[in-house]
Amino acid sequence: MSTQPPDSSDYESEHVHQVYEQIASHFSSTRYKPWPIVERFLLSLPDGSIGLDIGCGNGKYLSVNKNVYILASDRSTNLTKIASTHQPHSALVADTIALPHKPASFDFAISIAVVHHLSTPERRREAIHSILALLRRAENGKEAGKALIYVWALEQKDSRRGWDSGNDQDVLVPWVMKEKRPKQPKKNRSKDSTADEDPTKKDENVDLENNSAVGPKHQSGEKTFHRYYHLYRSGELEQDITHADGLVLDSGYEKDNWWAIASPKS
Amino acid sequence: MKLLTLNFLTCARRTCKSSPLSFPLHPCDAELEIADVDFSLDFLRNILPRLEWDAMVALCSELSLPLSATVPAAAELSGAGDEPTQSAKDLHHLLLETNITAGKLVCGNCGHEYAIKEGIANFLLPAHMV
Repeated sequence: MSTQPPDSSDYESEHVHQVYEQIASHFSSTRYKPWPIVERFLLSLPDGSIGLDIGCGNGKYLSVNKNVYILASDRSTNLTKIASTHQPHSALVADTIALPHKPASFDFAISIAVVHHLSTPERRREAIHSILALLRRAENGKEAGKALIYVWALEQKDSRRGWDSGNDQDVLVPWVMKEKRPKQPKKNRSKDSTADEDPTKKDENVDLENNSAVGPKHQSGEKTFHRYYHLYRSGELEQDITHADGLVLDSGYEKDNWWAIASPKS
Repeated sequence: MKLLTLNFLTCARRTCKSSPLSFPLHPCDAELEIADVDFSLDFLRNILPRLEWDAMVALCSELSLPLSATVPAAAELSGAGDEPTQSAKDLHHLLLETNITAGKLVCGNCGHEYAIKEGIANFLLPAHMV
């Protein structure tokens, strides 16, 4: 049984965009460690490459390589402000499906943990298509631009959430935000206010489902937000890329996520 | 938003992208501010060939900022011992350290205005315009 969300960007506005805008600062404090596949991709680029970080969040990938130039964008103004502090890059507020860039002009793009927030197959494919459309086409012996796309996997039975094939792919995932209590001694702080990010522990420390473990501290000064996710099953990302007129160059699984590197078809 | 960014921005509307009038966007009521960025000669060398120089010249003239009418040759960027020349430093200052902190960016094709506030340009469109 799938609880297919309504086919509407209003749904994403409520269950994705508004949530990130409100949790921006707390979310950002838990997002600073680059995921290995993404770091490797960015460090493999020739110096002087020009590319995009689509759905850049707080811009944690903007500190990986200062020898390339990245135009980063996000729907959330609050996250974009944080991202804009990373030199020599640029950050702006824009929608993945209507980016303010010239088609066929960039060497690379990354879109990390973004496409899974779109609520229908059509919109996910449209997003991938619009990312690929911005990449250079192959010409004069020079290969086409490359995009790294990274989405949350359905198959993550060893993660704390424990989802696996057969589970519903369209889910609302809680984010619990605690208000700061300034005079609380450090050792008494509950685990969820000292989030660190590791691909293996994604969102662990803000997971409402297990809040009984945290005890009564959870009762005051907290607010729960729900974000919509489409959890990708094995092979689905590659299918979406093919439908979006893309060529899959490489793909794989890393710590609860599926990733693929793709180019536009010439 | 640093001026270099504008070299890579068009109107966000699909219908405008095929029009040469949608690039570059035109700054309007722009407030400028200088912010330090570490100088990198390699970054400058790499980025120069990727600039649409005529568009950057037009843009700078709209902002009353100086930019030579022709692209500086690679040899003009460094002197003896690979020391950056004044012209390299000036370009770095103009492209990377000069920011639009407030104002608007206007599409020359459809006239749509994108706001810049606190240095952040907002390209979100109302649903009927996408």
